[in-house]
Order: sequence, then C-alpha cells, then structure tokens
Amino acid sequence: MTETQTPAAGAQLSLRALTKRFEKFVAVDALDLDVGAGQFFALLGPSGCGKTTTLRMIAGLEEPTSGQILLGGDDIARLKPYKRPVNTVFQNYALFPHLNIFENVAFGLRRRRIGNVKPKVDEMLELVQLGAMATRKPSQLSGGQQQRVALARALINQPRILLLDEPLGALDLKLRRQMQLELKRIQTEVGITFIHVTHDQEEAMTMADTIAVMNNGVVEQLGGPTELYDNPATTFVSNFLGQSNLIRGTVKTAGADVVVDVHGTTAAVPADRARVTSGDVWVGVRPEKVELTAAGQAAGAPGTTQTGTTLAGGVVAEVAFIGVSTQYLVEMPWGQQLTVFVQNNGARDDFRPGDPVDVHWRGEHTFLLDAAQDAHAGEEE
Amino acid sequence: MTRVGRWAADHAVLFVAGLVLLYMFLPVSFVVLMSFNDPVSRLSYEFQGFTWDNWRNMCAPAGLCSSLLTSIQIGLAATLGATVLGTLAAFALVRHRFRGRKATSVLIFLPMATPEVVMGSSLLALFAAGGLAGRLGFWSILIAHIMFCLSFVVVTVKARLAGLDSTLEQASMDLYASEWTTFWRVTMPLVFPGIMAAAMLSFSLSFDDFIITNFNHGNTITFPMFVWGAAQRGIPPQVNVVGSLMFLTALLLVLVSTGIGRRKQAA
Ligand SMILES: Nc1ncnc2c1ncn2[C@@H]1O[C@H](COP(=O)(O)OP(=O)(O)OP(=O)(O)O)[C@@H](O)[C@H]1O
Ligand SMILES: [Mg+2]
Repeated sequence: MTETQTPAAGAQLSLRALTKRFEKFVAVDALDLDVGAGQFFALLGPSGCGKTTTLRMIAGLEEPTSGQILLGGDDIARLKPYKRPVNTVFQNYALFPHLNIFENVAFGLRRRRIGNVKPKVDEMLELVQLGAMATRKPSQLSGGQQQRVALARALINQPRILLLDEPLGALDLKLRRQMQLELKRIQTEVGITFIHVTHDQEEAMTMADTIAVMNNGVVEQLGGPTELYDNPATTFVSNFLGQSNLIRGTVKTAGADVVVDVHGTTAAVPADRARVTSGDVWVGVRPEKVELTAAGQAAGAPGTTQTGTTLAGGVVAEVAFIGVSTQYLVEMPWGQQLTVFVQNNGARDDFRPGDPVDVHWRGEHTFLLDAAQDAHAGEEE
Repeated sequence: MTRVGRWAADHAVLFVAGLVLLYMFLPVSFVVLMSFNDPVSRLSYEFQGFTWDNWRNMCAPAGLCSSLLTSIQIGLAATLGATVLGTLAAFALVRHRFRGRKATSVLIFLPMATPEVVMGSSLLALFAAGGLAGRLGFWSILIAHIMFCLSFVVVTVKARLAGLDSTLEQASMDLYASEWTTFWRVTMPLVFPGIMAAAMLSFSLSFDDFIITNFNHGNTITFPMFVWGAAQRGIPPQVNVVGSLMFLTALLLVLVSTGIGRRKQAA
C-alpha cells in the first residue's frame, strides 16, 4: 500500500511466458514482452488476437494460466487487482452511474484513505479540462467527456502503469485525433508508463514510442513505428501496418547485399533488411517507394538509377485518384498485380489503364521475408 | 380545421389520460368518501351523512385492529424474509455458475405460475401431513407468504442484476476496492432500487393475500380474513378508514421516493 503512494514514476514491466487458455482455446500464448519505464507502448493487432486478455491479466482481472508478470522486478501475477499499482481505462469507460464526476474521480483516493481529496480531484479535472462538470452524472456527459473522466479516474492514483483498452474506439474521427494528441501530451507530462491497446495502426504509429504487433496470441514484432514500417519481420506485419508488395524470388548470393532473382531480373537487398538469406523469399516493397515510368524509360528519382531494380513489362490495370496521391494497380508479366502510390505533385507522368510501364525501386527500400509465410497474412478484406 | 377543433386535437391525449385516471381513482375516492359515512344500519352501502367518528374510533369494530396488526406483522416479517432470501438467490443465480442453475431458475418461477387455490390447498395438505394441522396460525401464514413472495423478489432482483454491467465491479476492484467494498459501494447502490421494489411488492402481496391464507390461518385472523368475515354481516365503515390509510401511505412512499430521486439528480 505505502509503495503505491510514492510519487508517480513509470515502472518497467516484463511479461514472461504469459499464457491464458480458455478451456482448449489459447488466447495468449507464452507471451514475452518488455515495456520500459515511462514508455508509451502500443499493443496493436487484429480483433481477437488477445490484446484485451493480455491487458486484463496485467490488471489482475483475468488469472493467467501460467507465466509471470514482473513489475519493477516483483511478480504480481497472483495479486488481487486492488493490490496492484496499475490502473485501467476501460473500453466502455465503466464510469459509476450512481456517482457524480467528482466522486468517480475521487473513488481510488477514497478507497486508499488518502486525505486531501478535493484539491487533487480539482487539479485532475483541470488537466482533462472538465473542471466545470464536477457535479454532473456520467450520463450527462458526451462520449469524449466520459472518456476523459475515465482517464482522470485512473491517472489520479498515480499508477506505475496505466492500461488503456481502445479508449478512443467509440469516438468519431475528429475527436479521436484530438484525444490522441491529448493523451500523448498527458503521458509526456505525468511520465507514467502507458500501455495502449488498439487495432488502429495509424493510432499506434502516431502515439507510441514502441509498438508490439500481436497476432493469434503471440507478438509478431516489436519496435519503433519507423522500424516496423520500414523493416517488417513477417508478412503479417508488412500487410497489417500499411500495405506491401510481396514478390516471389530466389536468393542467388548472400554478402553485404543479398542478391535475389526476381522473375528473371536481379535485385539487391541490403543484408540487414533480409530476414532470410537463402532459398525462396518474398521481396517486399512499399507502394509509395515504387517509381513508375513509361516502358523503356529510365527511372528519374536520384539513387534509383544506381542501386535500383527495374522490372519491365508491366501494364496499368487500374487507376484510382485519391487527392494527394494516385493509386495504380500494375499487372506484371507473371500475372501479379503490384500496388503503386504516386504523389500528385506534377513531377510524374499520369498513366491510364492499358499503358505499358516499368516499375523501379531502390535496394534500401526493400526487405526480404521467408517465402514459407502467407503473402496475404494480415491483409484487410 | 376550426380553432376549437385544433384545441381539441391538441388536448385529446390529456383528455383520454384524464378519463383513464378517473377510471382508476374512482374506486379509491369512493373508499375515502365512505370512510366518512355515517350509516344508519350496518348493511347500507350508501352515503348517508358525514362524520369523523369512523376515523376517531377506528378500532371500534371488534377484531379489526388486532387483525390489522397481525397483517402488518406478517407483512413486515414476510417482506424481510423474502427480500433477504430472494436477493441472495438472485445473486447466486446471476453471478455464479453451478450445476442445476437453469433448473433452479425455473423452479423458483413456478410458485408465481401456480394458481393460488392449488398452492393454498397443497400447502394445507403439507402442513397436515407434517402433523401441524392443529397448530396453524401466525407461523404457517408467514411461511406460506415468504414462499410466494420469494419468486417475485428473485425475478425482480435478477432483472436488475442482469442489467448491471460487470465491468463496473471490475473497475471498482481496479481502483483499490476489495470485493467487500466493491459490493457495498458499487453493486449494492446499483441493485438497491430493484431490492426496494421487490420489498414493496412483497409487502403488498402479503398484506393483500386471502386465498392462500384462508387455507392455512388456523385461528389467526388477518385483515383480509376479517373483512371477508365482516362482509357476511355488513362491512363496518372503519374498513374504509384502513383502506384510505393504506392508500395515503402508498402515496406518501411514492412522493418521497420520487423526491429523493429528483434531489439526487440535482446534486
Ligand atoms: N471469457 C472468455 N472465454 C472464452 N474465450 C474468450 C474469453 N475472453 C476472450 N476469449 C477469446 O480470446 C480471444 C482473445 O480475446 P481478446 O478479448 O483478448 O481479443 P482482443 O485482441 O482484445 O480483440 P478486440 O480487438 O476485438 O477487442 C478471442 O478469440 C476471444 O474469443
Ligand atoms: Mg479487446
């Protein structure tokens, strides 16, 4: 108890082989995860991958089947939820309908018999800009306001770790963007470790320092937003975060560059971006990193000409104009359609369906994945 | 449309509502009126003169007040018993998974669906088989009342509990409240209106019961039994006084509870 009253400081959280089984179904499978103190950590994954279950085990609302939850070195996996210096912002807010906003926010302080409640609650309500609403009931607030009350109610306890389970899920897009910035600001201000669950990849990338991409109860990859986007470790990650073109190839030689035969053309990929260095592979490249030219013309972008790869013989199959960019689907001679995003900045030619084109990319914009993985894993329908 | 026609259309709902209210309250107002009646003979049911006598001498008819007291005692005891047992049962049925839960739910519902005559007579048979035929009275009535009130309490509280979001209790535990504190600070305040409604329902069911009581009362006379007996010879006007008092009490309870509700809203 006394330990939780010390001034807030984010704590290091480690999950060790954490497993949750519902009868036969394995919801979380031997999960290992380290979250650094004071981090804004995002848990990202498709519906049903075990995000909420993981969060509930950290909060103590679900008992792990096996494994450890280490908070600053102590195993808290078997502690009751009210004995853990961890607070949760629930997906549906779960505000107490019979208490007003003030009492909702004061709930945790009162339970721990912490004195001087009023100034603390007032200060917290100011932080979330709800000072004027203190005497209202939750049902008299808008969704965004309720969300902020839920945040204040958890934050006021100065937990070592704050768990957020898709707290922005119910908000409209504009309010959502606004709350994302707000959350990020508050986290920087209070310095508490945030673990934010979401299935919105954009949300995870804008807010988090570190993202863990989950799928089927395991972490597929963990890293910073740029690292995950530029150098995905699995086909699932490459498709779930943004879009990817995955082209079949075979490794010819492996050195500082891994040289791959791609449908008769040679492509070089830097070794640090290759997850496999032999046999069959997927050569991955993001749609906005691909340059499109009329058939036979040289690529114009600096660098592409020296270190790049050119695949000839494409035909434009579909064109979609979406304002800032134009999306092309290019049919390659081996039947695959590649996606290409071209910025509408006037520097490139426009193409129409049926136009013969070549596609170009730079080696350092590609990544190599194991061909044994499903090329469509993690794609949105 | 004429101005009068439009006025009539605008107020049609009010007019119909007024008629319905009149329909509902005419008998009640008749009871209140008759409580001030000064009848010439015991068998006359017409209003023959105004008097305060019935109110002043409420207990004048032999046995009226003692039967009233008996009914109130049984009503309160049955309410307490049924509400406590029924609330516990409702919690068990909604919150715990155990073998025979479904069957229990159905069985508890059964007394509500059984005709009272059947229930009353079979209870009598049960008491008699248990060798209690000569000792029927306060306790046998109380046992019978608790039994049939129980179903109503379970059904009412269960409905309230099922509508309660269990993440509220999880949120409470997450915010440093133990199971015990969570029950008293979150669960109970949210379920309480249901329990209160169940208690009031129990009291009025018990106070009102004639059929089942008639089988199992032995020599004990409850208020409905008294009125029934008196009706053979002519109902004393004091019975209307009791009726009026019941009505006033109910009215007061409703006013107080809505008053509290409104104050809570404003706070
Ligand atoms: N109490 C339970 N009993 C049985 N299965 C459960 C239970 N709770 C969760 N599951 C299963 O465990 C899996 C993971 O659930 P979880 O709620 O963690 O998903 P999630 O990643 O939070 O998904 P979403 O993004 O839809 O919220 C799901 O397949 C779900 O059906
Ligand atoms: Mg979830």
